Amino acid sequence: MTNIATPVTPSPVAPAPAPHPSGDKRFKILEVHMKKHQFRHDALIEVLHKAQELFGYLEDDLLLFISHKLKLPPSRVYGVATFYHFFTLKPKGEHTCVVCMGTACYVKGADKLVEAVQENLKIKPGETTPDKKVSLLTARCIGACGIAPAVVYDGIVTPRQTPEATLEQINKWVQA
Amino acid sequence: MILNDLLQLKEKELAARKKILLRCCMAAGCISSNSTGVKEQLEKAVAEAGLQNEVEVRGVGCMKLCCEGPLVAVEPANEMYVKVTPENAPSIISALQGGQANVDQTDPNAAFFTKQLSIVLANSGIVNPERIESYVALDGYLALHEVLNEMTPKDVVETMVKSGLRGRGGAGFPTGLKWGTVAKSPGSKKYVICNADEGDPGAFMDRSVLESDPHSVLEGMAIAAYAVGADQGYLYVRAEYPLAIARLQLAIKQAKQMGLLGAGIFESPFNFNVDIRIGAGAFVCGEETALMMSVEGKRGTPRPRPPFPAESGLFGCPTLLNNVETFANVPAIYRKGADWFAGIGTEKSKGTKVFALAGKIKNTGLIEVPMGTPLHTIVEEMGGGAPDGGKIKAVQTGGPSGGCIPAQHLDTPVDYESLGKLGSIMGSGGMIVMDEGTRMVDVARFFMEFCMDESCGKCIPCRAGTVQMHNLLDKILKRKATARDLAKLEELCDMVRNTSLCGLGQTAPNPTLSTLRFFRNEYEDLLQPDTFDGGANHSQTVTK
Repeated sequence: MTNIATPVTPSPVAPAPAPHPSGDKRFKILEVHMKKHQFRHDALIEVLHKAQELFGYLEDDLLLFISHKLKLPPSRVYGVATFYHFFTLKPKGEHTCVVCMGTACYVKGADKLVEAVQENLKIKPGETTPDKKVSLLTARCIGACGIAPAVVYDGIVTPRQTPEATLEQINKWVQA
Repeated sequence: MILNDLLQLKEKELAARKKILLRCCMAAGCISSNSTGVKEQLEKAVAEAGLQNEVEVRGVGCMKLCCEGPLVAVEPANEMYVKVTPENAPSIISALQGGQANVDQTDPNAAFFTKQLSIVLANSGIVNPERIESYVALDGYLALHEVLNEMTPKDVVETMVKSGLRGRGGAGFPTGLKWGTVAKSPGSKKYVICNADEGDPGAFMDRSVLESDPHSVLEGMAIAAYAVGADQGYLYVRAEYPLAIARLQLAIKQAKQMGLLGAGIFESPFNFNVDIRIGAGAFVCGEETALMMSVEGKRGTPRPRPPFPAESGLFGCPTLLNNVETFANVPAIYRKGADWFAGIGTEKSKGTKVFALAGKIKNTGLIEVPMGTPLHTIVEEMGGGAPDGGKIKAVQTGGPSGGCIPAQHLDTPVDYESLGKLGSIMGSGGMIVMDEGTRMVDVARFFMEFCMDESCGKCIPCRAGTVQMHNLLDKILKRKATARDLAKLEELCDMVRNTSLCGLGQTAPNPTLSTLRFFRNEYEDLLQPDTFDGGANHSQTVTK
């Protein structure tokens, strides 16, 4: 079947992919990753994971780049990126504090931890402080129920947290 | 790789055993309490004491008593050190030479350990999950060899039917029946998917199995693939479990190198490849049709069934979908026989079940018990009851799809039917204990908020219903609701349960309904008297 709709941008057929106009090397790395998956459509989530790992968050330009390379409509890429909680379209702060809100952590007082941070930093879960230093996030369950309540500070799972201990860590970041 | 190579590998691994074995827990829970440092220091202390030829320090998976981590077990002395710090290492090593270790110990003969019966977790805490040889030493991949060489796919399915294994993901569908349906479905391309999207908050059994014994899941998948005629498998793992993903990647690589996965397994015509698909944080993707959408790289929204995945699943091909724990049961069933497995458990629920025991309880961690074990045994004897002399009020099973079982029903045996009768479900195995300080309406709101956030939005009863039910629960908690609101809530529960598209919506009212059933007084205590305004304010009751 011939293509009736003309693509907005010609599909890349050149053997060596042209570097991204921004000159950012991370686009090249991402493209190599897509090639590893043979630019398959079902690898979209894998590609988005890699993109977020490289860039920290998924901005529009990046999503368009992916949609173009995988030959998927931007609506599909945007739809998937916004469907899953793991992907973020906003930049995160320098530090992240993820409070686990799984049932085990909840009955052991995780809500008190969130409240304490919320009051201290004046931000809600999902937000970042205006100085872009700290992001407060909540997780569904990180599977560390044996050591509840658990908080993940910059990727490090920390067991048995109290509001005091959490604020101490937050203050260390704020004052740094 | 042929049988001889496998047996030689096993002999070699067994011959390399040392006199004393120190097992150090390297699962996610203990690692967050610095068990990596403990292992390093233990190795250093062994070297300093010149005991390298006598003592092996092995990083292993979960040793079950997570609340006391990091754990270090000593063999053959049968001792288990708890809350070990890296500084304790020299003391533990000197204790091996007759000294005294100034580290707390737990009694390995306590009910928490002795009441367990391990099939799924048999290797957990014993094998090194990062070395395939360690798994082979415990007869790993022998079952796969036997299945490929001595059984037809039909025999394999029949054995599974005979074993009576039921799906461990929650619903309890007979595994053999599912395998048989996929095997019979016409089609040259078929898939096997392992559901490792353990989204149920408060459950961590599948994470532990994947981190502690990834090869048993891979072997189980390979056997299943042979039975149904699939050559491609996918493991759908949550992104929240980075360690499990890393260990699975390593396990797949090692198995491929040895010819235990890939093309021509055990030099037979059977091919089977496994790829990992990483989830991205959507609870609904635990539902099978939504999961398959996600594997295809799309939004994880469920679709109506039929057609069932067994007939038309991933990419429109017949697909077998089982949970991690189900696959982990498989190698043991073929190694020890279907009759052995069917001899464990109750009449309708065979084998064992792994539970993640957490919440307001003394011993939190993993337990594996035969089906039919009373809840009382699990919570009071093994779990040690509520901490600080508190009293247990209820046990929550099945997460956001399950219910709360009150203390007076703790003599209930755990099997699919008995829990169902109480308005709860077996679920994937999360078991959260609540004490007198837990407010049940608050728990109901917590789970409703969860379902509200996680609703994919495809069908209206779930998308709009969960929001309204959450608002009503919130209103009750804020002491602004009347009896009419409660009646409305019950009506909505019924409607959402009966009209939602997938399991998420159909079961979302369960926590509310079960707390209403057993703790109705807590709801009623929060109600305000009706104002008898003839319903003038009625329209405001459910607006946000």
